[in-house]
Amino acid sequence: MSAPLLRVAGLSKRFGGFTALDDVSVDVAQGERFGLIGPNGSGKTTLINCVSGALRNDGGTILFAGEEISRLPAFVRTRRGIARSFQIPRPFKSMTVLENLLVAIDFGRAGHGLSADATEDEAIGILGTMGLKDKARILSSQLSQVELRKMELARAMAAKPKLLISDEAMAGLSGSEIDEVLDLLIRLNEAGITIIMIEHIMHAVMRFSQRVMCLDAGRIIAQGVPQAVMDDRRVQEAYLGA
Amino acid sequence: MFSFELLLDAVVLGVMLGCFYAAVSIGLSVSFGLLDVPHVAHPAFLVLGAYGAYALNQAGWDPIVAGIVLTPLFYVLGVVAYRVYFETFEKRGSDAGVRGLAFFFGVTFIVEVGIIMVFGVDQRTVQAGYIGKAIDIGDVRIPMRMIAAFGGALALTLALTAYFSLTFSGRAIRAVAQDEIALRLMGANPLKVKQLAFGIATAVVAVAGALLIIVGPVEPTTHRVYIGRTFCVVVLAGLGSMHGTLVAGIVLGVVESIVLTLYGASWAPAISFAMLLVVLAIRPQGMFGR
Amino acid sequence: MSMRRHGFWIGALCVLALAYGLTLAIRNEYAFFAGFIILQFIVLATAWNILGGYAGYVNFGTSAFFGIGVYTAIFLFKALGAPLLVQMAGAAVMGALLGFVTGLLTLRLHGIFFSIATVAMTIILETLVINWKYVGGATGIQVLRPPVTEPFDSYIKMLFVIGVALVIVAVALSRHVQGSWIGRGLRAIRDDETAAECTGVPTLRLKLLACSISGALMCAAGAPSAMYLQFADTTSAFNLNYSVSALAMSLIGGTSHWAGPVLGAIVLGVTQQALTVTISSELNVLVLGVMLILFVVGAPEGLLGLLRKGWARLARGGGS
Ligand SMILES: Nc1ncnc2c1ncn2[C@@H]1O[C@H](COP(=O)(O)OP(=O)(O)OP(=O)(O)O)[C@@H](O)[C@H]1O
Ligand SMILES: [Mg+2]
Repeated sequence: MSAPLLRVAGLSKRFGGFTALDDVSVDVAQGERFGLIGPNGSGKTTLINCVSGALRNDGGTILFAGEEISRLPAFVRTRRGIARSFQIPRPFKSMTVLENLLVAIDFGRAGHGLSADATEDEAIGILGTMGLKDKARILSSQLSQVELRKMELARAMAAKPKLLISDEAMAGLSGSEIDEVLDLLIRLNEAGITIIMIEHIMHAVMRFSQRVMCLDAGRIIAQGVPQAVMDDRRVQEAYLGA
Repeated sequence: MFSFELLLDAVVLGVMLGCFYAAVSIGLSVSFGLLDVPHVAHPAFLVLGAYGAYALNQAGWDPIVAGIVLTPLFYVLGVVAYRVYFETFEKRGSDAGVRGLAFFFGVTFIVEVGIIMVFGVDQRTVQAGYIGKAIDIGDVRIPMRMIAAFGGALALTLALTAYFSLTFSGRAIRAVAQDEIALRLMGANPLKVKQLAFGIATAVVAVAGALLIIVGPVEPTTHRVYIGRTFCVVVLAGLGSMHGTLVAGIVLGVVESIVLTLYGASWAPAISFAMLLVVLAIRPQGMFGR
Repeated sequence: MSMRRHGFWIGALCVLALAYGLTLAIRNEYAFFAGFIILQFIVLATAWNILGGYAGYVNFGTSAFFGIGVYTAIFLFKALGAPLLVQMAGAAVMGALLGFVTGLLTLRLHGIFFSIATVAMTIILETLVINWKYVGGATGIQVLRPPVTEPFDSYIKMLFVIGVALVIVAVALSRHVQGSWIGRGLRAIRDDETAAECTGVPTLRLKLLACSISGALMCAAGAPSAMYLQFADTTSAFNLNYSVSALAMSLIGGTSHWAGPVLGAIVLGVTQQALTVTISSELNVLVLGVMLILFVVGAPEGLLGLLRKGWARLARGGGS
């Protein structure tokens, strides 16, 4: 097996006296579709906050493409290829949908070099694949929840990431919308992007993931192929207990 | 030239000055520390209180009594200011940061200019039987006005601390700072509670303003140095910590007093600001931070 | 596209030529004396807006930069006999440095903490200058103007034209920032700093850049003050008025576009000059404060926003 794209080793994070992550270690391979589950408050968002650089971890290491990144500022990590969406969408409210993507194109990539017009076409192209093309010139503050979630994914994609982390992008979506986003993520994955998906909607996780990890109270309680994790007694207890 | 006695003098005066600083800051500790309102107009309200005490003192009132008499007026002022702030910024939630700050900065400015227009730019002082005298405790000579301010400050700070820990409404105010939703579930109206808190925080400023003009002469621009002092005390204390406010006030008072003794008065205004910057850089959650 | 870019510079040259033409046409020096103040405010408001408007970091310390500009000029003049343009260039460099250093110290702070830190910086710098005897300390310092240089016939008129040139530089910078990737990044920071950082925006670097540009312009605006008044003291050089005015003029004009602060500074500056002459100087600052509050509460987009709305209404009315 080749070296993993992302290697998290012995990661811990505390908020005051509260331990949100405790000795978390996980490898995600290049091109993998990885599901991250766990009851509310188990530390999923905190884990990806540490990986993306929105938070600093207290202990442990994070290797991305073989390099230690846990002391790098978030924007450098984005430029190296880690993009994310937020659980509660965080659009740039004063900008149009198109401009939101342009921020990612201007800043989120390893190198600059495209001319202004080319970047705009490209952003429209990305919006097209997300079904947001006709919203391009609308202020992002006027989007619906579903559209916001799609825009978050589009903005993350515009940074041309190697690893895309989606934090509950399907919460609040209808059945057909869930399928839509799921197909989209699978297509992105087929184009070579490694994807970590955090999700509470189990059938989506089952359909999407090649491998699943379950967190509970900041610790890993199960890891493996989806069905095995679902069948794990501790996973079931964690969810029933929650 | 520098002696142990001078240092002792400085420390004793510093502690008294510190209690006074706590008293002028405790309103801000509520409005900014607990309620998260960017209340940069607090020092301007303080100076307004001082001029209120001055005006009543001219009519023959004792300044502290004047301060107490003014509290209902200041309570209303606080309620109105908070109401405007809430309706225009907090409720709409749009760009509240920039405009909320600009709002209170504008209020500061209006208060300053208003005072200049009514009272002129000259320094003002108050008269009372205890001002101008001094008593000797051992080798340390303490002006009576410092003792009066010290006593008033201590009483004010302790009263407010007691209010917040012992009474129902006081505890509700602390609760709203920590968990608004829980309070709403209990059936209390967070807006009413915050409005009450802001009103009380401002009412207290009337008395603190009276102490301010007892301690020394006041002019319309006095509030500028107090931006440093009050925010330094509140941030050093840890936002919203009442007993922390007292301790932080004393720390600032002693430091200022010692620097004053060593280097002279012209450096005084910079001390609190420098301390504030250091605290923000090193320990932004303060000494007793949540 | 290039037409529009050239259009700006052609317009700028016209304005400069017009300013010089005015100095030839108008004999009365008072107009230039008053006009210079308005030009100064345009530069200050434009500079403030680069950090405050685009990035959403409310700087209460405009007067610190202004004051340092004044005293840099005085120091260069007294120590080296430097001519005015050198004084201004020196002040701009000093301002950029000061902006960078204070940015490093304060830009990790957010919201009110940043603003209070800028007040702290103002008072500390003022205290330093008060205790610096070489430039006059607390008592102030008298400055003797050198003779005016060709092609001008009076010093004030020369200051006026230099002021116009500085306004052009300030507006060009602000306009460039707004329209480029820098401006887009700053807006992302204002909207949501965490999301910006996670989208690849180097937030601290961009804020430092904005703070340096802003600081350089503010200091450059302060530099000619000593020659203008032929006197400087700390109370007027570090006057809180500059902080309030820069902020108020930007917010009243509208912060989202470079034209907002220019408009705000002109409208308020002219009003203030008129009020100072006709009524009192206290009243004019009071008007500033009241207008600031009215606009912040009632017209968050400023004059530009009102104009835009009025324009849209007109257009709709015309269509139906
Ligand atoms: N900034 C913070 N400060 C203090 N505590 C925090 C912070 N962020 C998260 N926590 C706490 O850490 C724990 C883990 O939170 P986290 O958001 O990672 O959970 P999660 O697994 O994403 O939950 P959910 O499924 O509800 O999104 C929670 O108890 C939360 O209250
Ligand atoms: Mg989460």
